[in-house]
Amino acid sequence: MELQLKIWRQKNADSGGGFEVYRVKANEHMSFLEMLDVLNEQLIAERKEPVAFDHDCREGICGACSMVINGRPHGPNQGTTTCQLHMRFFKDGDVITVEPFQARAFPVIKDLVVDRSAFDRIIQAGGYISVNTGQPVDGNAIPIERDTSSLAFDAAACIGCGACVAACPNGSAMLFVAAKVSHLGLLPQGKIEQDGRVQKMVAQMDEEGFGNCSNVAACEAECPKQISVSNIARLNRALITVSFQSS
Amino acid sequence: MKLDAKIPEGPLDQKWTQYQSRVPLVSPANKRKLEVIVVGSGLAGASAAASLGELGYQVKCFTFHDSPRRAHSIAAQGGINAAKNYMNDGDSVFRLFYDTIKGGDYRAREANVYRLAEVSNAIIDQAVAQGVPFAREYGGLLENRSFGGVQVSRTFYARGQTGQQLLIGAYQALSRQISLGTVKMYNRHEMLDLVVVDGKARGIIARNLISGAVERCAAHAVVLATGGYGNVFYLSTNAMGCNATAIWKAVRKGAFLGNPCFTQIHPTCIPVSGDYQSKLTLMSESLRNDGRVWVPARKEDAEAIRRKQKTANDIPEEQRDYFLERRYPAFGNLVPRDVASRAAKVECDKGLGVSPTGLAVFLDFGAAIRRYGKSKASVSGMAQPDVATIEKLGREVIAEKYGNLFEMYEKITGENPYNTPMMIYPAVHYTMGGLWVDYNLETNIPGLFAIGEANFSDHGANRLGASALMQGLADGYFVLPYTIGHFLSGEIRTPAIDPASAPFVEAEQKCKLRIEQLLQTRGHQSVESFHRKLGKIMWEHCGMSRNLQGLQSAREAIRNLRSEFWKDVFVPGRADEFNPELEKAGRVADFLELGELMVVDAMHRNESCGGHFREEYQTGEGETLRDDQQFNYVAAWAWPDLDREPELTREPLNYEYVKIATRSYK
Repeated sequence: MELQLKIWRQKNADSGGGFEVYRVKANEHMSFLEMLDVLNEQLIAERKEPVAFDHDCREGICGACSMVINGRPHGPNQGTTTCQLHMRFFKDGDVITVEPFQARAFPVIKDLVVDRSAFDRIIQAGGYISVNTGQPVDGNAIPIERDTSSLAFDAAACIGCGACVAACPNGSAMLFVAAKVSHLGLLPQGKIEQDGRVQKMVAQMDEEGFGNCSNVAACEAECPKQISVSNIARLNRALITVSFQSS
Repeated sequence: MKLDAKIPEGPLDQKWTQYQSRVPLVSPANKRKLEVIVVGSGLAGASAAASLGELGYQVKCFTFHDSPRRAHSIAAQGGINAAKNYMNDGDSVFRLFYDTIKGGDYRAREANVYRLAEVSNAIIDQAVAQGVPFAREYGGLLENRSFGGVQVSRTFYARGQTGQQLLIGAYQALSRQISLGTVKMYNRHEMLDLVVVDGKARGIIARNLISGAVERCAAHAVVLATGGYGNVFYLSTNAMGCNATAIWKAVRKGAFLGNPCFTQIHPTCIPVSGDYQSKLTLMSESLRNDGRVWVPARKEDAEAIRRKQKTANDIPEEQRDYFLERRYPAFGNLVPRDVASRAAKVECDKGLGVSPTGLAVFLDFGAAIRRYGKSKASVSGMAQPDVATIEKLGREVIAEKYGNLFEMYEKITGENPYNTPMMIYPAVHYTMGGLWVDYNLETNIPGLFAIGEANFSDHGANRLGASALMQGLADGYFVLPYTIGHFLSGEIRTPAIDPASAPFVEAEQKCKLRIEQLLQTRGHQSVESFHRKLGKIMWEHCGMSRNLQGLQSAREAIRNLRSEFWKDVFVPGRADEFNPELEKAGRVADFLELGELMVVDAMHRNESCGGHFREEYQTGEGETLRDDQQFNYVAAWAWPDLDREPELTREPLNYEYVKIATRSYK
């Protein structure tokens, strides 16, 4: 298949950017990133600069790959990262637009690469259980209901890619924060610090310049791990509870 | 040179306890003055950095990723072993130790492996306390499953994403230390060289991948937790960024590389589909708990399947060859990885492969679906369920156990594995070889430690499933934080290391020069094309099956390719900017050197053991034939000067507690 790619090119954080158009021959078994590899090899052969994009595991789990494909973070398929999107979902002659994730808190580094370190700082603010190495009791000393553990897992499946932020018209990181707050808060080990965790993580989220949640739920629709917005409801409940307690 | 593994005296099961009681300590006041660099933030690196930070050391942690959470440990699927014996099926520390030694085909060090088995239980406790959502039984207790090469169920898991959940646990512990100020994190920084001052590792040179700035970073000790080098084969299950640069630079500075040719080829990966392919995807070993591996018994059926005239479902039961069950009745589909991989290759070489390329076998869940379906129907009180109901119920159970793996398979291949069996083929997955370390996990360069996949220490010639996560976390949480004290207790009078000293400046200059050389060659071939060529040589001659002649030709070919690289590589862009091609160029240049040493090691080891299968040395039944008289040792290679031959030092392996025997899974 032959494709036309409209790709956002931007030298670095300080310079402006714009779309460039490329033609590339692909095959339906390729992944989207392998198709970009082909484009890059082509550009290198022409002694031009290849398109920079973040990627690593190429199996949908590391959360490195990002990019907005035809207006949708990680492209058209539900529950799929860019690296697991295959070209059989496109047709010969398609024009594909590729842009970086756009959000105030995710500045562009180059081309399709953005800086998502704000997510790390939110976790550092309280997205953990305070336990030192070597302190714990036996793993089976804390039985946990199977369903609860499974619900915590659903939230813990977040890969920290930032698609939720890119999908949100407000650039909110509520789903990301809510997933962590749910993962830890649902478990007995994590309940103890939950109030402080909620306050600190939300405060950090605000400080990083993420927007507010207005219940659009685009985050859930675009989340490659299909993390539910019910986690946001859980976070909001926790926030309200904490605000009553502290006032 | 004689290598001293520094194994403590005393009976096997008391060595570690006694060591812990006797290892010199560093006082809290002195810990605050000592700096440690940790390179890598996967399971080993993140757990080590967090634990050292908790102890009070000043830690600097480096990763080339944009966040420590992205390290490739995250992709580990199946599970983590521990000798908890929660299943009451006869497991024990000794059994885990024994299985690991046997699984490694008697080429690992007893004392290290016993310690690994000993600390395995604490890892599970630690992870549970951090909030890792392991699979649980209905009663709320932890669930286990089986992995290859063992006859007990000791594998803890979190769906098919165990590595992800364990890494997030370690990442969160690390994040807590970052917020407390004990760990300073350097994201998007790549180590380019090791700095050795007066014979001790005192720092690294790193490139800031965003600005391109080359920076000097000093510390009292350096810990490498940079993973394995499977990407030397180009196609592997490793992530795209996985590389050997950190350990290779250590080798160039005099560190020994242990058993570099010991590579694990994992039997259950999605087969190669075309020459554009950038990487291979693993299907977890846990699938072999329920999946049965087979090929058609008759060649004409295999040919018909390859031509798509028949499907797997058209082959009746009696025309299928469940070759693992046939050859290894005691372990069946759960033989260790090296054994399963070779067996699949044998069938495909006979012309029984089932994909269009002929390089694939089936992994079939039909029997498991029916078995689970029947049991679920009976639990639900259905007296006479029909076949469709049984299959529906069975699929639900399978989906619960392996749902994400089945989805992943479908995403990549476009085929639904609930209806037709998966097609799988072996692929490079893990490297048992790595930096040589002693019992302290210290290399032969004082102050330089290697943990996780980056060292050679625990898996011998073949790693058992669910043991990589165990080793990474054992090293990082429970071993290194003690053993590093052995070195650092002697450094309490050493003031902060000065990054402006001559060895740092010199190393920095060399790195800059090399970058310039890469950019200024301005030849005609891309970095990628060299990497592909190297991978092809390695896979053909130093992969699943090796022979002297092939290895000799491979060495020649790699040397030629390396000299061609430095004459004709083209690297676009500049040094002082974000330049992924430049990063890749440096890594491939190092693979071109490391690959040669792997071949040299494979050539010298005139025996077959574990993943190292030399065609000249096999039994009549095609099994590995070890030579314990001559090769019962760790091959530690020094190669500081590429113009001279690599130099071999042998560390003999003394088996005091395990009776060395022919490894049999029949």
